[in-house]
Amino acid sequence: MSNLSFNVKEFLKKASMAYGVSGHEFYNAASVVEEAMTGLVDEIRRDPLHNIIGYRKGDGEGPRPKVMLAGHMDEIGLLVKKIEERGFLRVTGIGVDPRVLPGHEVIVYGRRPLTGLVGVKPPHLIAPENAMKAQKMEDLFIDLGLPEEEVRKLVRVGDVVTYKRQVTELQGDVLSGKSMDDRAGVGVILVCLDELRKYKVPADVYGVATTQEEVGLRGATVATYGIKPDIGIAIDVCHAETPGVPEWRTSQLGKGPAIATGGNIHPKVFQGLKKAAEELGIPVQTEVAPGPTGTDAWAMQVSGEGVATGLVSIPLRYMHTSVETLSVGDVEKAGRLLAKFIAACDEAFVKELTTWN
Amino acid sequence: MELRELTSLVGVSGNEDEVRRAIMRELEAMGVSYETDTMGNIIARKGDKGPRLMVDAHMDEVGLIIVHIEKSGFLRFYPIGVPAAVLPSKRVLVGKDKVPGVIGAKAIHLQERRERDSVIPVDQLTIDIGAKSKEEAERKVKVGDYAVFDTEYEELSPGIIKAKALDDRVGCALLLELLKEPWENVQVYAVFSTQEELGIRGAKVASYRVNPDMGIALEGTVCADIPGTDPEGYATQIGKGAVLSVMDRGTITHKGMLNQLVKLATENQIPFQYREATSGGNDAMAIHQARAGCPVAAISVPCRYIHSPFSVMSMADFEAARKLLIAFVKSVEGGFRP
Repeated sequence: MSNLSFNVKEFLKKASMAYGVSGHEFYNAASVVEEAMTGLVDEIRRDPLHNIIGYRKGDGEGPRPKVMLAGHMDEIGLLVKKIEERGFLRVTGIGVDPRVLPGHEVIVYGRRPLTGLVGVKPPHLIAPENAMKAQKMEDLFIDLGLPEEEVRKLVRVGDVVTYKRQVTELQGDVLSGKSMDDRAGVGVILVCLDELRKYKVPADVYGVATTQEEVGLRGATVATYGIKPDIGIAIDVCHAETPGVPEWRTSQLGKGPAIATGGNIHPKVFQGLKKAAEELGIPVQTEVAPGPTGTDAWAMQVSGEGVATGLVSIPLRYMHTSVETLSVGDVEKAGRLLAKFIAACDEAFVKELTTWN
Repeated sequence: MELRELTSLVGVSGNEDEVRRAIMRELEAMGVSYETDTMGNIIARKGDKGPRLMVDAHMDEVGLIIVHIEKSGFLRFYPIGVPAAVLPSKRVLVGKDKVPGVIGAKAIHLQERRERDSVIPVDQLTIDIGAKSKEEAERKVKVGDYAVFDTEYEELSPGIIKAKALDDRVGCALLLELLKEPWENVQVYAVFSTQEELGIRGAKVASYRVNPDMGIALEGTVCADIPGTDPEGYATQIGKGAVLSVMDRGTITHKGMLNQLVKLATENQIPFQYREATSGGNDAMAIHQARAGCPVAAISVPCRYIHSPFSVMSMADFEAARKLLIAFVKSVEGGFRP
């Protein structure tokens, strides 16, 4: 293992630009994650759904508890549905809000990456009564600026399309770009693995970059079954304050990670995470999820005989747009508090998780 | 000056500073004399005998202006010529220092179903520069700053380019091409105008000053040859040549000039098409009604997606417009009078 401290900002910048729409993570996003994980774990493997599983052997003699961390590396995006006359493309969406697409540049991953434009009619030619009518996904098209023959040579139905978006460094430690949901969660896992070097860790730790979260938590479902962890923590993003959204529905950007509570979360894991943050002096927020959290934690909890789950979230604005915005400090803090929590996960703690009195 | 450079300059209507300065430097390098006026127009001149021909292209582009900074540090803005539909999830550059910002949108998870049928109205959008408070934001931007989309110039395929502000830097590029020619028996008044997008404001005063005998507006014009539009609604088509207007919202093209342009295009085998739409308008309307009035025409280049973060045009169409413009001015030198 290298002694260099892991640079999460650089990772986020690189990972945001990587492409890996749900079900297609193996083209690129997985390699970026694998490369970053190398040196932080003892072993890396991929499972049949292309989850990347980094294994870090515990420091004590057995029996060692198993802690699994899950951050999903898939991103929302589009798939080519049809190549039309004159080379225009029609698409279908995975998690994309069609209202942000008009006037957006995209990358069509054909035989080579191609710049595509989601075109719009100029306002001069739109009847005033239609100006505020939102276009549906089926109304939208992509213009590649290429002759039809060329398009047919380079693009096939089913090709992946992502937002074309450079990462933007905003003021302070605020970063904006596509796919921060949930490459940020993967970043947290990497910070945590790096941070774990500081501790004597009784448990075996599995850092997992999961796949197909956006289409139904499928990667986490099989990865959890394969690992059979005692404790499973999902790391995902939650909504940060956004103009037009009531304050009570959001967390705050830059005020530390949010720790979730609710039916999806084991109360002792919740308390353990809070305690770790308190011991480190890291500010945290509480995110309340009455039912499904919509994260990998939901799948992990009911895997096999059941897993004690927790959820740590990074506050993020404008989820599922190309300008998902977060604070790098929140990501670092989440990684550090997770490491502290994991270091305390021993056999005694695991036993407590099934004891209810 | 190349279109790559011209389109990268920032010049939202009302603050064309950066474009104006670059064009003034270019004119100086070309040895062309010019004046500037109170509206910020550049009026360059080449040739000192013969009829006064005003050829105009506007320097300004669509964009945003910051109107308020919230306590939370978010910036409120008014769009200038940009429809609401293309604003969310875009990257912008704010103010002279080009401070990066993003226009966010409420996450789809937090939207009510009924919201999804409508474009997100501008009053629900803000620019986020990552500032945590009004004070922090004010260290970087101020009310009244302009913002533009951060769009890169790119060649999508040979001869097909994507850039912001082709409406109307393509006209500026044509006008600079015109000034490369050695005009003698025509007085070419090349006007790089301001505030076209605010209602043809710059051209109005410039044409009063020039007092032309004849006028031509150069435009990057509407082009809707796209899916979902029937061919009769295309207005113009990319790759089909220079565009000639018959009539739009502000001008009815002078028949004599239009016939001459068609004749020259045909004789010189320059591809051209008619602008098959009457909506919209350009600086020609101001020149047309300057002082006691004068005949006008417009030569345009079709640009898909104008008034959005990007537009697309064909260099072949640009070349056709350039050739037709020069052929026309030469014919004026040779004695053509409308």
